[in-house]
Amino acid sequence: MASQTVTLQGHIIDSLILAKVLDTIVMLGGTFTLSEVAVGIKREDPSHATIRIEAPTTKLLQDILTTIQPHGAIVETEQDCTVAPAPANGILPEDFYATSHLSTQIRWQGNWIEVLQPEMDLAIVVKTTPLSAHMIPMGSVRKGDLVVTGRQGIRVFPLERPKERDVFGFMEAQVSSERPHRHIIADVAKRMKSIQKRRQEGNGSAKVLFAGGPAIIHAGGREALAWIIESGYIHILFCGNALAAHDMEASLYGTSLGYSLGIGRSVPHGHEHHLRTINRVREMGSIQHAVTSGIIKEGIMSACVRKSVHMVLAGTIRDDGPLPDVITDSIKAQEAMRAALPGVELALLVASTLHAVATGNLLPASVPTVCVDINPAVPTKLSDRGSFQAVGLVMDSSSFLRELARELGWKG
Amino acid sequence: MCAPDYFGIEYEINPWMRISNQSNGDCARTQWQALTRVLEQEIGANLEFMEPVPGLPDLVFTANAGVLHGGKAVPSRFRHPERQREERHFIDWFTRKGYEVIILDAEMYFEGAGDLLGFPEFWFGGYRQRSDIRAYDKLSTVFSKRILPVELVDQRFYHLDTCLCPLTGGELLYFPPAFDAYAQTVIASHVEQNKRFAVPPSEAERFACNAVCVDRHVVLPTGCPETMTWLNRHGYTPHPVQLDEFLKAGGSAKCLTLALD
Repeated sequence: MASQTVTLQGHIIDSLILAKVLDTIVMLGGTFTLSEVAVGIKREDPSHATIRIEAPTTKLLQDILTTIQPHGAIVETEQDCTVAPAPANGILPEDFYATSHLSTQIRWQGNWIEVLQPEMDLAIVVKTTPLSAHMIPMGSVRKGDLVVTGRQGIRVFPLERPKERDVFGFMEAQVSSERPHRHIIADVAKRMKSIQKRRQEGNGSAKVLFAGGPAIIHAGGREALAWIIESGYIHILFCGNALAAHDMEASLYGTSLGYSLGIGRSVPHGHEHHLRTINRVREMGSIQHAVTSGIIKEGIMSACVRKSVHMVLAGTIRDDGPLPDVITDSIKAQEAMRAALPGVELALLVASTLHAVATGNLLPASVPTVCVDINPAVPTKLSDRGSFQAVGLVMDSSSFLRELARELGWKG
Repeated sequence: MCAPDYFGIEYEINPWMRISNQSNGDCARTQWQALTRVLEQEIGANLEFMEPVPGLPDLVFTANAGVLHGGKAVPSRFRHPERQREERHFIDWFTRKGYEVIILDAEMYFEGAGDLLGFPEFWFGGYRQRSDIRAYDKLSTVFSKRILPVELVDQRFYHLDTCLCPLTGGELLYFPPAFDAYAQTVIASHVEQNKRFAVPPSEAERFACNAVCVDRHVVLPTGCPETMTWLNRHGYTPHPVQLDEFLKAGGSAKCLTLALD
């Protein structure tokens, strides 16, 4: 498929020039995408259109261009992207190109090549043998790496509407506590079932990512989440020290941060429970060992170990312990989270501001994402940080998880 | 206007021109003088003249000098090298008369009031034969005017003023087959049907549309009875002038004049 971008400028709307150019493209066998139309505000103001033309062959594309040029279509001259070597480890060259989380291509020696794993706020490094381009965090760049600079020879593709006609098809990060939740949760469940079915049939490696905070345990979502994991619907878990610690505290003591999950009030010396839990698991060397040795018998961590869920636990300054699995170097934690992302086709960010925003920053815009929090500021913040594809759901995490589990077949 | 002292068919740059079909110098002069007389005496127009230049036979067609509006002049950029030699004479004249002269880029072909004409609210810009559509984007900015480009598809009607003539009351004479379907739609959607007169082919070929409209007077070539009847019915006084010597070069009343603003 050959393609070329052209622009049209002037009184192109009411003179039907734009219509004529578009008709001509289609009549000759090409297709077009109107990537930008700016209509003049006052009657005498000119309008502007950017049209991306695709044709099955280069020859046909050339014919189309030759035909539409007399009607004012100006062919955007394509140039290769520019690169500069990184001056030192961890330092990007001046004028480096800062990425978005949208699908991106760069032009290298006349050819457009796909930049792998889109992620926002990174740089692009080009490797020449074999030729490839990938996004890289500032800190990971090595002296001499060829880093893309400026803006020429770079094209970014707007998000296409997904083929499935569900809540993600709207791609709007509107956040409201007053929107009905039911159909959103049903759509999430439908996606999870479809991904599980494909995996069971041996088709591909699509994954569901779950990032969550400890409120899930406090609010009573633990049982439902453990069931969802046990049923094989979740393949990657991002969390911190707290979610894991309180989940295992519940397993060992029946409390969450000292509150009895059964009777709903604090128990004597309950505030020590999570410390004793962490200490116990530290003694075992890992969460995995704590589960396989039978100390932790049920719950989220136990389900994750049994179902071989890929867990990344990222630490923070407030952490007690922490648990032995927690990565305390935040750059290393970010790298581990990034490395887990290929294949993710659905992301659920539940009851955690930090993990929701951190995960949102790492995800390509093409991954359907749901952000659930009782505080509307969290999905709003996620959307403000650029994850415009995320569907925000303002509700209690426990209600969300229980309803989701029921949609998936839970009888609890 | 510019006297036809050096007018003649010296090259062929439109289907009307045949070197073998030479114009008669005396006849041309008589016809041109008749036109000036009608304009000055019957209509009361004030005429200004520029000096003819030897070797520039088409300088007589001053409609192609450029476009003037609001004290600004954009001189033509001719497509054919034969006429490009006229450009500096028109630029000199505009400059001498105190216009702010704005020069278009070379190769942004634009043939002046021959291709750009219209109403106070908007203008039509003919393209494809002589002028380049891209010029209209620039001109629209220069004059703060809405310009609707219309595609000319018949080589005989190579300038917009050979197939379209806006009248002062908002009416329009035009020859629809000279335009592509999109342009016909655009013209029809901007001028009401009862204000449009589609001149018959026989009169279009006489250059009925190459008319000069001043107030309620219309100066047009002879041999256009249906157009004259329509003009009369719509409250205009037609003034037919025999201009056949100039038709040999593909021009008539309108081509021989440039409205000064």
